[in-house]
Amino acid sequence: MTATVDLMVRAEGVRKRFGDTEVLKGVDAMVSRGEVFCLIGASGSGKSTFLRCINHLETIDSGRLLVDGRYVGYEERDGSLFEVGERELAARRAEIGMVFQRFNLFPHLTALENVTRAPVMLGRMKRAEAIETARVLLARVGLADRADHYPSELSGGQQQRVAIARALAMAPKLMLFDEPTSALDPELVGEVLSVMKDLAREGRTMVVVTHEIGFARDVADTLAFMDGGQIVECGPPDRMIREPSHPRTAAFLSRVRLASHPPD
Amino acid sequence: MTEAQVMTGLEAAYAFPVVRRRFPIGQFATGFGAIAALAFIAAVVGKSQAVEWSAIPAFMIDPSILGGLLLTLQLTVAAMLIGIALGAVLSAMAISGNIVLQTMAAGFVWCFRGVPLIVQIFFWFNIALFVPDLKLGGIDISVNAIVTPAVAGLLALGLHEAANMSEVIRAGLLSVDSGQHDACRALGMTRGQALRGIVLPQAIRVIIPPTGNQAIGMLKASAIVSVIGMEDLLTRAQHIYARNFLVIELLIVASIWYLAVTTIATVGQHYLERAFARGYGRRNAARANAAVAAEDSRP
Ligand SMILES: Nc1ncnc2c1ncn2[C@@H]1O[C@H](COP(=O)(O)OP(=O)(O)OP(=O)(O)O)[C@@H](O)[C@H]1O
Ligand SMILES: [Mg+2]
Repeated sequence: MTATVDLMVRAEGVRKRFGDTEVLKGVDAMVSRGEVFCLIGASGSGKSTFLRCINHLETIDSGRLLVDGRYVGYEERDGSLFEVGERELAARRAEIGMVFQRFNLFPHLTALENVTRAPVMLGRMKRAEAIETARVLLARVGLADRADHYPSELSGGQQQRVAIARALAMAPKLMLFDEPTSALDPELVGEVLSVMKDLAREGRTMVVVTHEIGFARDVADTLAFMDGGQIVECGPPDRMIREPSHPRTAAFLSRVRLASHPPD
Repeated sequence: MTEAQVMTGLEAAYAFPVVRRRFPIGQFATGFGAIAALAFIAAVVGKSQAVEWSAIPAFMIDPSILGGLLLTLQLTVAAMLIGIALGAVLSAMAISGNIVLQTMAAGFVWCFRGVPLIVQIFFWFNIALFVPDLKLGGIDISVNAIVTPAVAGLLALGLHEAANMSEVIRAGLLSVDSGQHDACRALGMTRGQALRGIVLPQAIRVIIPPTGNQAIGMLKASAIVSVIGMEDLLTRAQHIYARNFLVIELLIVASIWYLAVTTIATVGQHYLERAFARGYGRRNAARANAAVAAEDSRP
């Protein structure tokens, strides 16, 4: 299977339950290296849960979920899976960047310290090198002049861009975005999306949960629609937005379109 | 409320150049009444022939009183240090997710927080009654020799405080948003790294005010060691008034010292809180702008 080598994420029949409710009911997804994979779907359909399973923030109950050809939380030996130790798990997670809906910046640290803290703490870089890298990253997300500001002194859009820089500082091979613009005022959405477009253009592998259909159409290589804990339709965004094959996709898309262009 | 106050600033600026505030007659009367009442009490107390006010200054710096003050301070600081250190360990056990450690921590808190302090002091003071000696290897140690009144007092205060502090610290740790844990894990930190590097520094902000409260409580609670004959501030004052019958005077001396230390502690807490308020609330605009200006002038 030569194709497997180039797969960054490979999910097969991923199931996950919280108590009595099964949230993921057999999710299948393939994300190639360098691909931008956008995931849309109604609230509660399991998008965030699936994303959190990818970097093992949540454990899965059954199925397979491989990142870059291996399990994040397990080691396969003699056909059985064994949980890896905490340090090993942390090291593997460090290779996967994640950006959250609510930013989750460290409020007691400046923008610069937010970016440098993990690489220094984990011994990836010396302090001086980390500061150097952080300044470059902050400049790239357009925040060179906000390095010494605390999160509470930044707008939502600026905070989210710091959060992106923080994730990039670990030089991840895969970036996960969980509705990165949903908590933002409408006029701040654009600045975050444009940073993400730049990342996509660089050829980064990204899995993006979003409600921004326009962004998905412009940037995604693959658009996937999640419904009731499964990916029910998946394909090139243009085609899917123009002529969705699944009735639920069609219904969802028309609702989203109505929301973004309300008829007057 | 007058109509003018309801109007927006802009409207008011055009329509009513001056908004007249109503004279707060009610506030004024209340304040005046309170001051009058206080002055009356002060006059009654100050005029009291039974209190020999002039004796107080000398006793304030009486060597015996100062010695008692020193012991009170030592006890308070040592008991708080034990309380914070052991409390931190207990709170870490409580949130460890390990059922054995959790149960042990809960049991400790249940016991040492639930039993009155004075009972605990007598327990430690009389510990030799049920553990007469410790055998460590070949060495036989008499418990009576180790558990002096000072050790008994310190143990009682310290362990009691640990139970309280573990709850204070646990509440502080739980106050940190779960998104912070997610961010730490996603960045590749282990639980310990996240706790020490990210969660604890944020929790400290929440932990400081109740800890200051605990420290001040400890200062006063330490007076309880008088029951096992430790010579703290209150005990020394009692010794003196047993001889000269200046009861009220010496109690006032002790009270002034307790208040003085409490005041100093409160001021210290204020600065500590400020130091850990980093990143919360907006700094004054000048500093933030100065930071931008400094960035701009960078070559
Ligand atoms: N930790 C949890 N414990 C229990 N139930 C959970 C947990 N996390 C998610 N759920 C449930 O799982 C379902 C899917 O949640 P999820 O957050 O994955 O949806 P989503 O597609 O991301 O929705 P949204 O668009 O609102 O973010 C929801 O019904 C939610 O209540
Ligand atoms: Mg979600």
